[in-house]
Order: sequence, then structure tokens, then C-alpha cells
Amino acid sequence: MSLAYYPGCTLKTKAKNLEQPAVASMQALGFKLDEVPRWNCCGAVYSLADDDLMHQVAPVRNLIRVKKQGATRLVTLCAFCLNTLKRANLVMKEDVEKRDALNDFIDEGIHYGGEVKVVHLLEVLRDDIGWGALSQKVRLPLRGLKAAPYYGCTLLRPREVAIDNVENPTVLGDFLKALGASPVDFPESTKCCGSYQTVSSPGDIAEYARPILSSASSHGAEALVVTCPLCDYNLARGQKELAKKQSGFREMPVFYFTQLLALALGLDPKVCHFELNHGSPELLLREKKLLSQVESVSRIGG
Amino acid sequence: MTKKASVTVSSKRLRCEFVKKVRELSGQNLQLCYQCGMCAGNCPAAANMDVSPRRIIELARLGLEEDIASSKTVWICASCLSCAVNCPRGFDLSKVMEAIRLLTLRKNIDHVKPEDIPPQARCELPQIAMVSALRKLTG
Repeated sequence: MSLAYYPGCTLKTKAKNLEQPAVASMQALGFKLDEVPRWNCCGAVYSLADDDLMHQVAPVRNLIRVKKQGATRLVTLCAFCLNTLKRANLVMKEDVEKRDALNDFIDEGIHYGGEVKVVHLLEVLRDDIGWGALSQKVRLPLRGLKAAPYYGCTLLRPREVAIDNVENPTVLGDFLKALGASPVDFPESTKCCGSYQTVSSPGDIAEYARPILSSASSHGAEALVVTCPLCDYNLARGQKELAKKQSGFREMPVFYFTQLLALALGLDPKVCHFELNHGSPELLLREKKLLSQVESVSRIGG
Repeated sequence: MTKKASVTVSSKRLRCEFVKKVRELSGQNLQLCYQCGMCAGNCPAAANMDVSPRRIIELARLGLEEDIASSKTVWICASCLSCAVNCPRGFDLSKVMEAIRLLTLRKNIDHVKPEDIPPQARCELPQIAMVSALRKLTG
């Protein structure tokens, strides 16, 4: 089965370790992620100003290309892209005046009225495949891996685009259970990581990351699981500095959910590109016997 | 912002261009807020802000533009929407924060300059971080 797929900029550059295991895993599950032809940057953040139509052009143009492709659904992997595309789609669906203005301006030859459904890959796994069927496909159960699902902001807020219950999301935890891992709930799982403030106030990011990581750790997590390249950057990159500053702070690997999916499906670990993760996630995986010494060495060597 | 014990409210202030523009750009009814502080209590960035998110609404609806302009709060908000999903009045503060930022950015006053971002950070930052920051903090 083919699914229209929007990768976004970061997945082609800094977050190949989010995209490549996803593409391989979905192929193993019988789905082809079919990249939208001539996709462009979605704009990364949704414009909140009522008079700002110009910043809706980029996401809407992508949605129009999906419609032209003949697809009715668009799958995303990056939580930022999901949020921006889904919110722009709502504008096209619900605001007649803005819809007409955007259609006239974009002038792609077809009228777009929000027909495409924007979904996250986690929703495909949950709703199309189902957790039971997914667990049947697992060849290497992630037994003993205590992983804390971290949702961040853009999968869940605002309510209109949330992929799960805003207050009590379970989708990532259910996903980890299906892979045989032990999900660790913690109260900070939906707290903001500092987002793009990492560009303008990099010194403040530790104050966002510290309570999230410390809470996950104190609830028994050995690793954090994320869906967003910016969450990964903010939560994984500064851990060495945090450990230096705060005695008792324990570093923990941060994985993309797609890396754990590929690993559990028994795919070649090379596809996970663990070498692109911050820190050394393979140490924990080897400790849990989820990655053999040989595989790890050949991967680094290759 | 605790320096002022009181403010003088005048109809001129309440009807000023600033209040009108914030209302227009945000699409929010500033009078909805009853100052319960749920937004501030849920804001992950509140500790870094010099004016609490709750107080920004009050200052905005009273037309106290100078007090807002001298604060760094709106530039720290990363639109995570914790305030919006937790507001018992259905008020979206993130839209008000954006409206106030835009009133500065649209005068061609940028809050970050790409050339000030260290070259190493420019190489390491994920693209969504750069695009988001430049979208939200420059005009």
C-alpha cells in the first residue's frame, strides 16, 4: 500500500536517523512511503496572526500537490511539519474567505478545500495497522528497555490537531509496549523542550531540559523516545553540560521512535543510523542485548 | 514589573491603537481573561520571564504598551500552547504574544540577527530550529 509522504527539510539533513528507519520499517510492514513530488518547506511554525496569509502559502502548496498526486492522506514524521500542515489544512477547510484568497494567490490550477487528511506515522501504526498486528511483526522484542515517551508540544497542541488525548496521551507508550519495551510514564512528557529558543537563547535550554530529563530518570527511565528533531537536539545535545553542572544528573540516550521500530522489526541496525544520535545510544542497546557487539562494530567501521 | 503599585486607566488608553491592533491580529477578546493565572502556572518558560504571561494580558488590555515593550516576555514565549490548552476561558494567549511580537517586527526591528548566530551553531542546529526562530523573531 502506498502512502503520500511529506519528509520536510530536517529529515533530509540532520535527522536522517528519523527518516531512514521509518521508510525501511514501513516497507517491512507492507507500506510504501511515497514522497510528495516537488515538496517545499512547510514553514516549520504555524503563523498565529489572523491577517498573515502569506505564511500559509508554503504548507498549503504542499497540500495541493498531495491532492494533485491523487492521494487523500498525507503522512508526516516530523512533529513540527505535522502541526504546521494540519493547522494550515484546517484554515483551508473552515475559513472560506482565506481559502479563496489562498487558492487565487497560489494558482496551481486546482481548487483546494482541505480535502487531504494530514496524519502522523504513529497514527498509521495505531489506526491502520493496530498495536496487536504490529506486535505480531516484532522479531526482536525490546524486552527490558525502560523508555520514557516524550511527546513535547506539536503532536498534541492545539487540541484541534492533537493526535491523541491532550492531557493523557498514550500513543507513544502503546507503541513502545507493542515493540516489547517497558514505557515509563512521567509528568513532564508534554512539557516544552524550549523549541526554537535554542537559537536566540541557547543558554536557557538547559533549564527546559533539566526538569524533563531528571523527571524521566527519577521515574525509572533509561532512555527517552521522541518524534521531533528539535526535541532531540534540545534534550540530547546538552546532557554532557548538565552532567558537569549538576551532581547526580544521569545522562540518558534519546531515540527517535522510528529507530526503535526498525530495531524491533529485526531490520539491519545500519538503517537506524545511531551514529547520528547525540551521545552513545548503542551502549544501552548492547547492555540490553538488542544490538550485538559485532553489529555495532561493523556499523561504526562501515 | 513589580515597580508600579498602580496604573492609571483612561478611556484614551483603553481605545488606543495598540489595544485595537493586538485584538485584530490575535483575534482574541482580551476581556475574556479573568486573571486566574492558569497560563502562568503551566508556562514552562515563566521562570525566565520578567513579566508573567497572565500580566501580559492585563497590560495589553489596559493599553500599557511601554510596559510590554520594556519586557522580554513575548520574546521568550515559544508558542508551546500550554497556556491555550489549559485556559478555562478558552483564551489563546499564544496569539496575543504573537500579535505583540509582530507589532515590533513589522517595524523592521528584528529580535535576532542571523549573523549573530555562531557559525558552529548554524552548522549543528536542525533546520526547523533556524526556520522557526527566523520566522518568529525577525520581520
